[in-house]
Amino acid sequence: MEVILAIIVGFMYAAGIYLILRRSLVKLIIGLIILGNGVNLLLFLLGGITKGHPPVIGESETFLAGVYADPLPQALILTAIIIIFGLQSFAMIFLQQEYVQGGVEDLDSIKEEEEEK
Amino acid sequence: MTTLILRTASVYLMPLLLLFSVFILLRGHYLPGGGFVGGLIASIALVVYGYANGINQIKSFLRFHPGALIPTGVSLSLISGLLPMFAGKPFMTNLWLDGTYPIIGQPGTALIFDTGVYFVVVGTALTIIFSIAEDNEK
Amino acid sequence: MNDNLILLPIILQLALALVLLFFWSRTKWQRIGSIVGNAAFLLVSIVLFIKVQKEGILYTQAGNWDAPYGITFVADLFSASMLVITALSGLAVSIFAAGSMSRRRSLFVFFPIYHFLLMGISGSFVAGDLFNLYVWFELIIVASFGLITLGGGRRQLEGALKYVTLNLIASILFLTGIAFLYGLTGTLNMAHIAQKIPQIENEGLITVTALMFFIGLGIKTAVFPMYFWLPASYHTPLSAISAIFGGLLTKVGVYALFRVFSLFFLPDSFTATVITAVAALTLIMGAMGALIQKDVRKLFSWLIVCHIGFMIAGLGIYSSVALAGAIFYLFHDIIVKTNLFMISGLVHKLTGTFKLKKLGGLYTQYPKITFLIAIPLFSLVGIPPLSGFWPKLLLIQGGLEVQEYLIIGAIVLGSFVTLATIAKFWLEVIWKEYPGSDYPKHFIPFSELNWTQKAYYTLPIAILALVSLYFAFGVEFVVNIVNQIAYDLMNPEQYIRVILPDQ
Repeated sequence: MEVILAIIVGFMYAAGIYLILRRSLVKLIIGLIILGNGVNLLLFLLGGITKGHPPVIGESETFLAGVYADPLPQALILTAIIIIFGLQSFAMIFLQQEYVQGGVEDLDSIKEEEEEK
Repeated sequence: MTTLILRTASVYLMPLLLLFSVFILLRGHYLPGGGFVGGLIASIALVVYGYANGINQIKSFLRFHPGALIPTGVSLSLISGLLPMFAGKPFMTNLWLDGTYPIIGQPGTALIFDTGVYFVVVGTALTIIFSIAEDNEK
Repeated sequence: MNDNLILLPIILQLALALVLLFFWSRTKWQRIGSIVGNAAFLLVSIVLFIKVQKEGILYTQAGNWDAPYGITFVADLFSASMLVITALSGLAVSIFAAGSMSRRRSLFVFFPIYHFLLMGISGSFVAGDLFNLYVWFELIIVASFGLITLGGGRRQLEGALKYVTLNLIASILFLTGIAFLYGLTGTLNMAHIAQKIPQIENEGLITVTALMFFIGLGIKTAVFPMYFWLPASYHTPLSAISAIFGGLLTKVGVYALFRVFSLFFLPDSFTATVITAVAALTLIMGAMGALIQKDVRKLFSWLIVCHIGFMIAGLGIYSSVALAGAIFYLFHDIIVKTNLFMISGLVHKLTGTFKLKKLGGLYTQYPKITFLIAIPLFSLVGIPPLSGFWPKLLLIQGGLEVQEYLIIGAIVLGSFVTLATIAKFWLEVIWKEYPGSDYPKHFIPFSELNWTQKAYYTLPIAILALVSLYFAFGVEFVVNIVNQIAYDLMNPEQYIRVILPDQ
């Protein structure tokens, strides 16, 4: 399971960086999304995958018994998801504005225009 | 999106979903759940109603801009964190009242915090949806 | 010592931002609220600083969960003095923004976002938990995204595009580093990590993780070769916003690098070489870039990149003298860079342009303002006994001790190029005859403002110039503090013992 996840994470990082290096605005944002999901999966993987039950104390128990999953990665991932989601939604609106105002979709053409000034 | 079925259903769905969101908010007190999920359900309730009957309907139902919910919610959460400081405990320590009450159970500062989160989520989700919807109308 | 006072600066900024959000339409109250609030922020920071100086490291466990399980906030001398410096430049920018931000639209949201930004910055200074540090960093970039796109002109959006993209990638790499570290040590509390790291046998993995942190934080800090976003974006937003960006944002990254690389990634010979080389290249490339600029704010942006090299060089040399020099430079740089961008705003208000070619005649037209501007400019160059001189002296002394002549050469080169660019700025802006260009449309020049509006522009520059002068003439006190901080950073055992007393 760990090996499969590690390969998937590596693939997501590669795909994300490849898309960011392309010149299109849309591919840039897709690349950022894939990279953000990759890092969440990495947090999940490095937290250690445990076969057990969730760390919730049942109504009749007073403490956690047996093998239970580490609750911290979940908390970290939830926080990271919310933060990255917020940043990405901002970036999306922002890139849309860039497209509407500038009328360009190719990142290279933006650079050329700036140099002309 | 203004079909008769959705419009009729949304009238019954909205109060049910809102009630359910409050239930999730309170249930998260002891069990998994809580302000974030409750807030999402509440905003879904409002958005479904809005899609069926038009965004303006939901605006007149709310009477205020949903963006105002965000600072209100953050203030509530901040207050819940500040309360234990007056009792001489570190920031964000959970304080509990003695005894249990019907429906809400044993109240503590965690409930105030969760309510704050609930408002923030509803406010944020509705603000995003409203601004996208307004953009489309133009 | 368990103390809630540490959190007071953060809570104050959050409460201030919320209050200003509620009164978003009352522009006059927003200005007053922001200035009064930041004055209170300065007061709280000074109280905290005095308390830390007297009683040693303070901490608080949020939610009363003991370390390493809960989130710890720590204030040692380094964080407390950074808070004071932040509060000083924050207050100055508040006053400057209250004067220069006359457009109603900007006022609506500027002040709340600005206080969220200050909250993030003060939070990252007192964070004792790595993930918490990441969250504060994200808060800073969310707020800075809001500020850098404020006003939303075409050119500004293009500058912001580079800023937004590179910062998103940086935070993802930083988070990757945190994930590695969590996988290696199973904890996120910085003191606890410092305890666990020596027990890990696979040193290669630690070096990889350390470099991941260096890249992630390095992009935010704008070191070679990851600095291109900075000169491409910092000259586009409004002057008050570039002042707070240029003064504080990159320096938060420097602070985090110092914290991380002194507490648990103790530089071995490989990482030390990498850091020193990066510092030298940052100095050289930043200097080269600054030499050819024709726009005031672009010139200052390149100088930011160049001077980041001084601080990173101190980290690379890693002796207590060099660290003291680097931290002194950090304090001096925050104050002076904030001031420089405010000066660029003032120059724009005086003449209506940022282009060096069209500027000129400041000395004949405004001799008093010229005198005021001269203090931060000369401090930046480091003319003895002004504030830029002492940290460079300490850095070169530290470099001589360990015989790192290459980095000394880069430091000297960086200083000379700073001198050359400031001399060019002086010639073009102050001594050259005024070419008499036209003002842009709807532009109210400085001479037509009334007395209070003029004070809004000059008072903050004067405040920060006074702080620079204090660094110069009260150098004994500052050097004492800086030496103490460098000693604490070189000997982290004290920090670890305070947070984790039982182990």
